[in-house]
Amino acid sequence: MSATLAPPRTVTYREALREGLFEEMEADDRVILLGEDVGRYGGAYAVSRGLLERFGEHRVIDMPMSEALIVGAALGAAAVGARPVAEIMYMDFVTLVMDQLVNQAAKLHYMFGGQLTAPMVVRVQQGIGRGAGSQHSQSLEAWFAHVPGLKVVAPSTPADAKGLLKSAIRDDDPVLFIEHKGLYARKGEAAGPTHTVPIGLADVKRSGEDLTIVAWSNMVHTALAAAEELAREGVSAEVVDLRTIAPLDMATVLASVGRTGRLLIVHEAVRTAGLGAEIAAETAERHHGQLRAPVRRLATPDVVLPANTTLERELVPDADAVVAAARDLVRS
Amino acid sequence: MSTPDSTPSVDPGTLRRLYHGLVRIRRAEESILELLLKNRLSSTMCHVSIGQEAVAVGVCDVLAEQDYVTSTHRGHGHFLARGGAMSALMAELMGRQAGACRGRGSSMHLVDASVGHLGSNAIVGGHVPIATGAALWAALRGQPRVVASFFGDGATSEGIFHESVNFAAVARLPIVFVVENNQWAMSLPWSRATAQPSIAAKAQAYGLVGVDVDGQDVLAVRAAAEQAVGRARAGAGPTLLGVQTYRFLGHSRADPSSYRDTTEEQRWRARDPVLITREQLAATGVGDDWFATIDREVHAEIAAAIEAAEASPPASLDEVFSDIYATPLGGNR
Ligand SMILES: Cc1ncc(C[n+]2csc(CCOP(=O)(O)OP(=O)(O)O)c2C)c(N)n1
Ligand SMILES: [Mg+2]
Repeated sequence: MSATLAPPRTVTYREALREGLFEEMEADDRVILLGEDVGRYGGAYAVSRGLLERFGEHRVIDMPMSEALIVGAALGAAAVGARPVAEIMYMDFVTLVMDQLVNQAAKLHYMFGGQLTAPMVVRVQQGIGRGAGSQHSQSLEAWFAHVPGLKVVAPSTPADAKGLLKSAIRDDDPVLFIEHKGLYARKGEAAGPTHTVPIGLADVKRSGEDLTIVAWSNMVHTALAAAEELAREGVSAEVVDLRTIAPLDMATVLASVGRTGRLLIVHEAVRTAGLGAEIAAETAERHHGQLRAPVRRLATPDVVLPANTTLERELVPDADAVVAAARDLVRS
Repeated sequence: MSTPDSTPSVDPGTLRRLYHGLVRIRRAEESILELLLKNRLSSTMCHVSIGQEAVAVGVCDVLAEQDYVTSTHRGHGHFLARGGAMSALMAELMGRQAGACRGRGSSMHLVDASVGHLGSNAIVGGHVPIATGAALWAALRGQPRVVASFFGDGATSEGIFHESVNFAAVARLPIVFVVENNQWAMSLPWSRATAQPSIAAKAQAYGLVGVDVDGQDVLAVRAAAEQAVGRARAGAGPTLLGVQTYRFLGHSRADPSSYRDTTEEQRWRARDPVLITREQLAATGVGDDWFATIDREVHAEIAAAIEAAEASPPASLDEVFSDIYATPLGGNR
C-alpha cells in the first residue's frame, strides 16, 4: 500500500447509522422516518439529527407518544408503498408494540397469501451503560427470534450498522434493528455509500483455533477484548459476531465450532431462555460427538436490572469473565 | 354532529345496486353457515355479519377505485362489498389454493389488494393503526385516496383505537373510522363497555368530526359515508362514523347468545336491512319479478363459486413454507 493513501475514515456507530439513513433517504423518496422526537430533537440518541432539516416534515415525522400506532402506521404505510423506518426509543417499550410487530407485521405477507408486503424497519436500542434501570436497559432480542416472519439484526460495528441498516431498508420484510446504547460513541472504520451487509450472515470477527466465542451487539467487543487477553495466554479464540439474530446463521457458527470443537456463547440478555440456549441446543444436536468440551453459556444472571451503573456493570459478563470461562473450557 | 335528518333519496339504479349488494352478502353468509355445519370449511372460526350488511354496502358504495379498506374478524361483507370475488371468498373459507389468501387465511384473514382491500384482522382493533398508516402515506404523497376502516364497538375499548383516532385527527388524515356498533362484543353489551354511548360525542373529544347513524337503513349509511369520504378526499380530515346495527345471530356458530334478551333481538330483527331496502324499492314500483331475478342471480353466483372452490386444490404442506419472507435471506445484497 502506498504511503500517500489517506488512512481509513473513522466514524462513530451513531454517525454510521445516520449516514445509512441519509443515503437511503437520498436514494429513495419512499423511505420515511417516524417516531417520537426523531425530528426536531434529532432522536433520543441523536441518530437522526439533521434529517428533518434535510428532508422535511413529509419524510421525518414526529409522532405522538403512541408506540403501537407508530409501528402500526409504519406497517400500513409499508403495505401501500412506503419504506418506513420507525424508531422506538427504548427496547423496553417494545412491550407496547408487541401486537403490531408480532401479530401484524410479521404475519402480513404470509397470512395474506403473499398479496401484501411489509418493507419496514423498526429501530430500537437496548442494553446497559447508563444505569437506566429496570425499564430502560433490558436486552430482549430472544423474544423476537421466536417469531417466524420477522428479521432481527443487532450490529456491533459502525460499518456493520450502516451496511445492515441499508439492507434492512431495502428488504421487503419487517426488520427489527437493534442498536445498543453503549455502542453509539464507539468508533470504527467507516463504510462507503455502496456498502451493504446481507441480512442472515454472521461474521467471523477474529479467527482462532481453540474455541469459538459467539456474541452479538456490544458483547462482541467484550469477546474481542477477551480473545486478545487469551492470545497472550496462548489460547486462540475465534470470535463469531452473529449480526443477524433471526433467522440465525447457524451454518457459520457450526462451521467454526466444527474447527475448534469448543463453544462459548456470551450475551448481555439474561440467561434463561436467552438466544444462547438456542445456539447451544442446535450445536449440541449437530455436533454431538465432535465437541471437545460441553457447550458453555455466559450471560447476565436472571435478575431485574437495577438503576445503578456499578451494579449493572458487575452483573453483565465482562472481558475477565469471558477469559475465565474460555480458559476453563479449553483446559477442561 | 348527529344523525342526518331523514332518509336521503337516491336514483333508482343506486338503490337497486345497494339491494343487490345486501342480498349477495346475506345469501353468501347463509351458504357459509351451511358449509360450516356440513364440515366443509377449513377452519372452525367463522363470524357472520347477518343483520349488519348495510354498513359494508353503504360505505363501500361511495368509495372510489383507488381507496382502501381494512376489516375485521366479521369481514365477509366488507370483502364482497369492496369488490372481492365470491369465488375467492368461498375458496378461502374452504381452504383452497384459489382462495384470497391461498387457503391460509380462512374467514378472519380475507384480502384483495387488487381492489384496495388491505386485509381483515383477527386481533380486535389490530388493523386500525394499519389503516391509519395507509392514510398517512396517501396524505404524505398527496394522493387522492381515502381509507375506510371497519371495526366493531368492542374495538373502541382497545388502546390502539384511541392512539389511531387521535393521530388521524391531529394529522388530518383522509380516513373514515367506521364503528360497526352491533351493540355487543361477544357477551359484553355496549352499555358495559362505555359510559359515553354516542360515538359522535367521543369524536368531539379528539377533535374530529363524529356522526351517529342508523345502520339498518343502507341509504342513511351511504349518505353519512358519502359526506365523510368527501371530507377526507377534500383534505378536511377524518370522520368517526358510529353506525348502529345488530348481529342477528350469535357471535360465532358456537354462541347461542344466551346473554341476550329475545325481545331485544326481535326489535332489531324487525329492522332487517334487506327488508327495509326491499320495501324502499317496492315503494318506487319495483315488482316481484325483479326481486326474483336478483335472487336467482345471487344463487347462481354463489353456487358457481362453491363449485369452483371445490375444483381448486386444497392448501397443502408443499407450499405452506412459502411467503414467510418476501425477500429471501441475502437476497438484497
Ligand atoms: C385483542 C383481542 N381481544 C379479544 C379477542 C377475542 N374476540 C374476538 S371478537 C371479540 C368481540 C369483538 O367485538 P366487536 O369489536 O364489537 O366486534 P363484533 O364481534 O361484535 O363484530 C372478542 C372478544 C380478539 N380476537 N382480539
Ligand atoms: Mg360488536
